[in-house]
Amino acid sequence: MPLSAQPPASGERYALSASLDNARHLSSLLRAVHFQDHATCLATASGLRVTVEDAKCIQANAFIQAEIFQEFSVQEESVMFRISLSVLLDCLTIFGTSSLPGTSTALRMCYRGYGYPLMLFLEEGGVVTVCKINTQEPDELLDFDFCSTKVVNKIILQSEGLREAFAELDMTSEVLQITMSPDKPYFRLSTFGNAGSAHLDYPRDSDLMEAFHCSQTQTNRYKISLLKPSTKALALSCKVSIRTDAQGFLSLQYMIRNEDGQICFVEYYCCPDENITEAEL
Amino acid sequence: MRFRAKIVDLACLNHFSRIINTIAKLAKTCILRLTVCKLYFILSDKVANGGASMWCELSQGNFFDEFQMEGVAAEHNEIYLELVPENLSRALKTSQSAKAVKMKLTNKHSPCLRVAVELPSLSSSSRIVTHDIPVGVIPRRMWNDFREPSVPDFDVSIYLPVLKTMKSVVERMKNLSNFIVIEANLSGEMNLKIETDLVSVTTHFKDLGNPPWASEDGCQSSAQGRDLESMTEACIDIKKLQQLLAGQQVNPTKALCNIVHKRIVHFILLHEEVSLQYFIPAIS
Repeated sequence: MPLSAQPPASGERYALSASLDNARHLSSLLRAVHFQDHATCLATASGLRVTVEDAKCIQANAFIQAEIFQEFSVQEESVMFRISLSVLLDCLTIFGTSSLPGTSTALRMCYRGYGYPLMLFLEEGGVVTVCKINTQEPDELLDFDFCSTKVVNKIILQSEGLREAFAELDMTSEVLQITMSPDKPYFRLSTFGNAGSAHLDYPRDSDLMEAFHCSQTQTNRYKISLLKPSTKALALSCKVSIRTDAQGFLSLQYMIRNEDGQICFVEYYCCPDENITEAEL
Repeated sequence: MRFRAKIVDLACLNHFSRIINTIAKLAKTCILRLTVCKLYFILSDKVANGGASMWCELSQGNFFDEFQMEGVAAEHNEIYLELVPENLSRALKTSQSAKAVKMKLTNKHSPCLRVAVELPSLSSSSRIVTHDIPVGVIPRRMWNDFREPSVPDFDVSIYLPVLKTMKSVVERMKNLSNFIVIEANLSGEMNLKIETDLVSVTTHFKDLGNPPWASEDGCQSSAQGRDLESMTEACIDIKKLQQLLAGQQVNPTKALCNIVHKRIVHFILLHEEVSLQYFIPAIS
């Protein structure tokens, strides 16, 4: 094997170095936030966060905790770079996306630091692939300042409950209106499309409802085109937490269980589309 | 000029359809050359289209229960037809459960290859689906254009890795680049490489083995005395390679490739009595 194909010895100084027995654990989560070509990666001692944004209105974060990796070491307090997500995904799935039992792609990932490429070493069945992906200047990320203390309403649903609703969303509607309330209708999804309006209510005592903490009635609209990409994360998840803060910012937190039973999170933040007045209700 | 043939055995029929499907994926139009013992599907692409060429050879005895053909003349007992393999592939689609498929060269209004598929029927009357596939008869003076390409005097010959793995790798690389570099040496190692402004990816295969070529054809001699580790490489159009890997339904028992340094890559897929050769010229 040529020298270039050999993974670097762990002794070498890398700002970030990580290894993973099954690269699918990473690629499937990244696919859940792949609605824009570029992503900003932030590695800290606690793990890797991959952020994708669009239109300064929506932000998606995939968190891969350090424990998911067999080895995860960050030399600095935090390491940040921007990368083409499509290229990264093509590289991670170079041996295919299908999960044949007994075969998995092992991954070793290294990043020397600012200005250096991200190196991936992938191995499956004795075949080794080396990828060198150029990194870019990281973007200034949006700060939604969404902290749990400011949350007004919070609902945790089993994902299957929302999957159906999202699959049948009337895409001719420009917005999805979400109503959360301590009283009836508790949790309502509404669309206003060419063929008319549709309202979908979830009763508070539904089996799908895992938790219901609503302190005040809130109705907010979100651009449906911005929320649609989150369906990718929804499809993989088992539970979803829907939260809003006082300004109507929406947080969708998806809990995703991988093939090995480990739990990861993908989070979407979305700005409200407009403030609707009481008269419109 | 006469041609009439019949396939009865279902396994032969399915195998034949798979070969036609493969050819349809590789060539929009091709030449079908018929001789007493063999069928050849030939593509010699124009340089403007990338210049890939194909040579697929099968023994009629392995597929056909009846095979009668009379060439243009006794001393040139062959027929050359030009056809769209996709048409033939479509005609054979209905044949998956057929009792028999008959093929015949006809000339009612224009020359056609008639494919008659006899389907199983519950009643006494038979069900037959007939396709007339237009063909062009190639005159004898042009036959020379479709001679078998000689095996190039390659620098390296190597067995290909598991085609499924190779297909997956090439498919991902195709998303990233338009060109791929194939390199191999005489120690059974092969690398697939792409490089763009954004990314460079190299996949290393090893322990593939180098086929023993008889020394009489002179190919081995050029390899002798050479450094076993040194790589021979060629950069080719990744789409052509991807087409071959994605389209092939031959399920070859043996697959290998020969590389002439910076000139051409020659793929050979073998399955029993079928051989498919595909030539992709290098891009400088």
